[in-house]
Amino acid sequence: MQTTLDTLKPGDEATVIELRGEPETTGRLMEMGLVAGTPVTLLKFAPLGDPLEITARGYHLSLRRQEAAGILVELRTTD
Amino acid sequence: MATQIRNPQSAIRNPVVAPRRIALMGNPNAGKTTLFNALTGMRQKVGNYPGVTVEKKEGRLRLAGEVDASLLDLPGTYSLSPKSPDEEIARDVLLGLREDTPPPDAVLVVVDASNLERNLYLTTQVLELGIPTVVALNMTDVARANGKTVDVENLSRALGVPVVETVAVRGAGLDELRAALSGSLAPARPPALRLPENVEAARSAIAEALEPSPDEAEHEEAAVSGVATLSAATPGAATSGARGVALRLLCGGAPDEALRRVFGPLVAEALEAARADGLTPIALAATEAQARYAMLGPVMARVVAPVAAPSAKPDATGTSQSKPARTFSDRADAILTHKAWGLAIFALITLLVFKAIFSWASVPMALIEGAQTWLGDQVMARMADGPLRDLLVQGVIAGVGAVLIFLPQILVLFFFIGLLEDSGYMARAAFLMDRMMGKVGLHGRAFIPLMSSFACSIPGIMATRTISSRRDRMTTILIAPLMSCSARLPVYWLMILTFIPNQRLWGVSLGERFFIGLSLHEVVVFSMYVLGVVAAMGMAWLFKKTLFKGPPPPLMLELPPYKVPAWRNVLVTMWERASQFLKRAGTIILAISIVLWFLLSYPKVDAASLKGPDISPAAGIRPGPGHAPPIAEEPSNEEAAEEAASSDAASAREEALAAAQMRDSFGGRIGRVIEPLIAPLGFNWKIGIGLIGAMSAREVFVSTMGNVYAVGDADETSSPLKTAMQRDRWPDGRPVWTPLVAVSLLVYFVLAMQCISTLAVVKRETNSWKWPLFMQVYMTALAWLAAFAVYQGGRLLGWG
Ligand SMILES: Nc1nc2c(ncn2[C@@H]2O[C@H](COP(=O)(O)OP(=O)(O)OP(=O)(O)O)[C@@H](O)[C@H]2O)c(=O)[nH]1
Ligand SMILES: [Mg+2]
Repeated sequence: MQTTLDTLKPGDEATVIELRGEPETTGRLMEMGLVAGTPVTLLKFAPLGDPLEITARGYHLSLRRQEAAGILVELRTTD
Repeated sequence: MATQIRNPQSAIRNPVVAPRRIALMGNPNAGKTTLFNALTGMRQKVGNYPGVTVEKKEGRLRLAGEVDASLLDLPGTYSLSPKSPDEEIARDVLLGLREDTPPPDAVLVVVDASNLERNLYLTTQVLELGIPTVVALNMTDVARANGKTVDVENLSRALGVPVVETVAVRGAGLDELRAALSGSLAPARPPALRLPENVEAARSAIAEALEPSPDEAEHEEAAVSGVATLSAATPGAATSGARGVALRLLCGGAPDEALRRVFGPLVAEALEAARADGLTPIALAATEAQARYAMLGPVMARVVAPVAAPSAKPDATGTSQSKPARTFSDRADAILTHKAWGLAIFALITLLVFKAIFSWASVPMALIEGAQTWLGDQVMARMADGPLRDLLVQGVIAGVGAVLIFLPQILVLFFFIGLLEDSGYMARAAFLMDRMMGKVGLHGRAFIPLMSSFACSIPGIMATRTISSRRDRMTTILIAPLMSCSARLPVYWLMILTFIPNQRLWGVSLGERFFIGLSLHEVVVFSMYVLGVVAAMGMAWLFKKTLFKGPPPPLMLELPPYKVPAWRNVLVTMWERASQFLKRAGTIILAISIVLWFLLSYPKVDAASLKGPDISPAAGIRPGPGHAPPIAEEPSNEEAAEEAASSDAASAREEALAAAQMRDSFGGRIGRVIEPLIAPLGFNWKIGIGLIGAMSAREVFVSTMGNVYAVGDADETSSPLKTAMQRDRWPDGRPVWTPLVAVSLLVYFVLAMQCISTLAVVKRETNSWKWPLFMQVYMTALAWLAAFAVYQGGRLLGWG
């Protein structure tokens, strides 16, 4: 199922399909490893609801919902 | 410049040159600074890159054979396509684009072994430049604890450079690193990057323009740029180095002027042609990232033990990542960023830091004050009266005291910041607070500096360096002084104790002495703090809408694993910040303190002219002959006589002289000149003098008032001062001081910029006088308008 990163629930795993938005931001996110095909896991949302924390390529990264909304992912069913 | 390989002929014959100038590169948090500190000891100097606010740290490194090399700690960066001024510096230094910093002969890339793939992204970019490189594979302890092992041999082979395993916090691997840097350093042979054809073509065109032909006349000139020099070192590698540089030029917007100066017009033209074909840095960022991670996939598969290897193949990694061992960090995070516990613990830590700056630092501060008084007394006792003694005691000793007084707060704050940063908690604090700070357009990292500013905005402003976006950092700096610092408290108390009745508003009394609840005093003090915060948030919002407009910089905050903080790092942070403050801001504060002292002490009043029969404290404030007509109505002679009789006649004369001195000094004259400006706020010229005196430090307002009102040394609880203030009258007989004026002055103090030390620190942090000047202007305007609204509004309502 295709969706954006900010709609995932904590624990959901997904694969990056495409990055959209501000080129400066998407460019940096890709340099940090979020290129197409990269597996990501949504870990949690901050206590106040934003930002969120993901893990990809073995490290932890925090993004605002707004940035995460530009990351198109394929949700992999977790069971 | 690397003179030892200036001559390309000798360089070709002898590529085995011990490097003299080594740059330290790496991702943020890879351990560069730790390694730098360990390799150089305390033999380092900290400065600024001219024209930007980025810190430049250089140290001496002892290599084999008693050779010294210089080591330059470059800002952490994720890629050589810069996105911030810090990252631009790193790229520009490597490419030799900065006139103030010659390019390095060699690079030491620090790689976080526990986060290998992303770190190799930058590493391979550096290797492609053709500069001799050594890789320090750091954090191998963390990698091992996470169940990953890195095959060093294989990594070294894959990258074509020496790789040394290190654990920088424990000093492990340093000797091997020194040995590797002392030996033969050939340019690296990184794996080949496969780019789309049109990019390849543009890259080749630029590389050809870069390649200096040995016959050309300007060869010597070209050799001055590090890249060209090193390209010449090994003919085989020259091409690949130039191709690496070409890709960097394609992918990052280096200033055209620097490009032409360093690489010549041919390169600039080739680059322009590529841009015209649509190969802009923005378009290329995605292309390069895809290609590079595709290249790194096989490398990772070869060097990391397959159990935990993240690879480019989604399926393989998917399964390996779905059940990673819960690390210590994961378990700690479950509590520290927990919905309820996380916030509670954060609040506790915040309170602890605040408490420490606010009360614990006051102990050494009292000691410094005591030492200052003692030293002043010693000089007073030993030196003959005269201008030199005054300069020494009231100018120099008091000025040095005014600088040193900030040291305890700076040391305490940076002790905590060092701990929080080094343990990895600081990133979590930003994670927790980002939503709140984001409401006014600020970064989560702005929270700690702003909170610290409640104690003192000087360490607070110095702590904004953790905010990487310039616009966010500048906004934070500009609003930090609106937080009510501890120096405002004495002024608040003086106003409140003198003019605000201490009514109990709400609560219960337990017997005579104990009362639990709220009094009017407490509510007023609290309101002043709230006013400061509200003003700060409002101004932040305004600045982000006007001066620092633009899309909000993305958060993109890495949450590193928790670690036991390294004491060495904490101590080095404290020592660096303290010494920078003393060197850069301290000198300015000292100079301006002396100027302020001069303004309030000169020209000297002739004591003889005051020896009339009417000597009394009240007479002191009566302007002498030849001065402006009396502005203040004096208390009746009867009262004055009473007061004179009640106090010791000699000290009364001294106090009268001090008051006359204050009134006739340059500062006093300025106070009278500015009276029309501050009269609409309800302030008379005496308050004006107080405001001038308060520029050296806000709490000085109280003692200046003591002098102006001729009651000698005063603090906020001294009753002679209160009485004198309550008796002061305007020429028309109205009392100067009413509760409304007190509130107006309180509001003014909350919002006004009255601290030269803060201005000096802002100058140091922003590297220009423009921002401190702007801060002074906007805060004064804000304070004036607010006090005006309070006073005039209050009068309209019939309160004044
Ligand atoms: N366990 C472990 N921790 C390390 C090692 N090297 C550094 N650290 C810790 O890693 C953290 C980051 O180190 P720094 O030296 O500040 O990293 P940096 O590369 O200078 O970071 P920036 O200046 O932000 O780019 C600190 O908490 C260090 O104590 C290591 O080999 N092992
Ligand atoms: Mg560092």
